[in-house]
Amino acid sequence: MAEPLVVPSGYRRDDGTVHPPLDYAGYRSTALRAPSEPLILLPHNLTELTGPLLGEGRVSSSSADLSVQPGGEALGQRIIVHGRVLDENARPVPHTLIEVWQANAAGRYLHRVDRHDAPIDPNFTGVGRVLTDDQGNYRLVTIKPGAYPWGNHPNAWRPAHIHFSLFGRAFTQRLVTQMYFPDDPLFAYDPIFNSVRDERARRRMVSHFDMDATVDSWALAFRFDIVLRGRDATPMEQP
Amino acid sequence: MLGLTPAQTVGPYLSIGLPWSDGPLVVPETDPDAFWVRGVLRDGAGEPVPDGLIETWQADPDGCFAHPDDPRGRHTSFRGFGRCPTADAGDWAIRTRKPGRVPDREGVLQAPHIDVSVFARGLLNRVVTRIYFADEAEANDADPLLATVPEHRRRTLLAEPTGGGYQFDIRLRGEHETVFFAL
Ligand SMILES: [Fe+3]
Repeated sequence: MAEPLVVPSGYRRDDGTVHPPLDYAGYRSTALRAPSEPLILLPHNLTELTGPLLGEGRVSSSSADLSVQPGGEALGQRIIVHGRVLDENARPVPHTLIEVWQANAAGRYLHRVDRHDAPIDPNFTGVGRVLTDDQGNYRLVTIKPGAYPWGNHPNAWRPAHIHFSLFGRAFTQRLVTQMYFPDDPLFAYDPIFNSVRDERARRRMVSHFDMDATVDSWALAFRFDIVLRGRDATPMEQP
Repeated sequence: MLGLTPAQTVGPYLSIGLPWSDGPLVVPETDPDAFWVRGVLRDGAGEPVPDGLIETWQADPDGCFAHPDDPRGRHTSFRGFGRCPTADAGDWAIRTRKPGRVPDREGVLQAPHIDVSVFARGLLNRVVTRIYFADEAEANDADPLLATVPEHRRRTLLAEPTGGGYQFDIRLRGEHETVFFAL
């Protein structure tokens, strides 16, 4: 048998209070898609402790600004969305790719399946990409998305949200989530938001209005900090 | 300790934001040793899932990762990552090479494997599985993770050789449900 490897420590496992259950009756589509068999424990070995570090070349100078297209400015309330990506141990997650997509100001996605009777904005694709800096900070410019109906149940409306996808630094840290806006009256009615059972965890998906980051005569600002999994023990410092 | 940000579903419109034109190419198309791993993503009724996304992560053919946390410190420029949205018939494909064997913490060699994340509308979080290769029977028999999977379900983790590649179908729920892992 080979020499044991000095493998870095694993990542902390969710105690079951943070992520939504896969099987959640309020969200109808889970019924045919959530696995029914119990999950089997996957130990954190090298495949899980590593992950794609694919920042460079995936972003451009314009990819962090969704509010402008070559044809002109998108309609709607221009906003800055910014924040910091950290792990549970409060370490910044640097140089990690953030991908976002969202509906336009009227609540319509630029997608063939979206049949919502709301106008398409020719100057809004709803796609953005940005890298965190060496301290884990990111900044996007976009327009505030509208709420939209989704047919899950009678008179079902999604609260306004921006879809966020993050890689982190390891396969274990990969996260897809949604950023919401403060005080949305639709929160109480939305099964996707409420699939996160813990109220404090739900609040962590809601951005904060950030007066200090607004730009006079130009844009409002919202702060959305994102926390990815952290290691369950302090890793050895690299020599 | 900071509180974790919860996961949410990718929803039905992930194809706006996540696909990359070179996403399926873990290795360049010109790589002479490359093959396609193809599969179909199906739901609990056996119907194709047309709005999903498959992501893969793997070692290079020597079993190394292009990552600073690989303690063996051998440099590789191997991308290791693949990403493919599912099409109308639930089908997806990535072009890659077979990963080498990666040791676990005890130094036991794992069988060649690819970690897989599945995202879709109706999945409130990603689900995670692993691709093993049916033509690696000896390595699979010695694999410490496969040993923890009930024997009658192991077959769902095996990619079957086809002409010039492999087939790895994923069933989210129901009959022959794929084995998914708690990460
Ligand atoms: Fe959405």
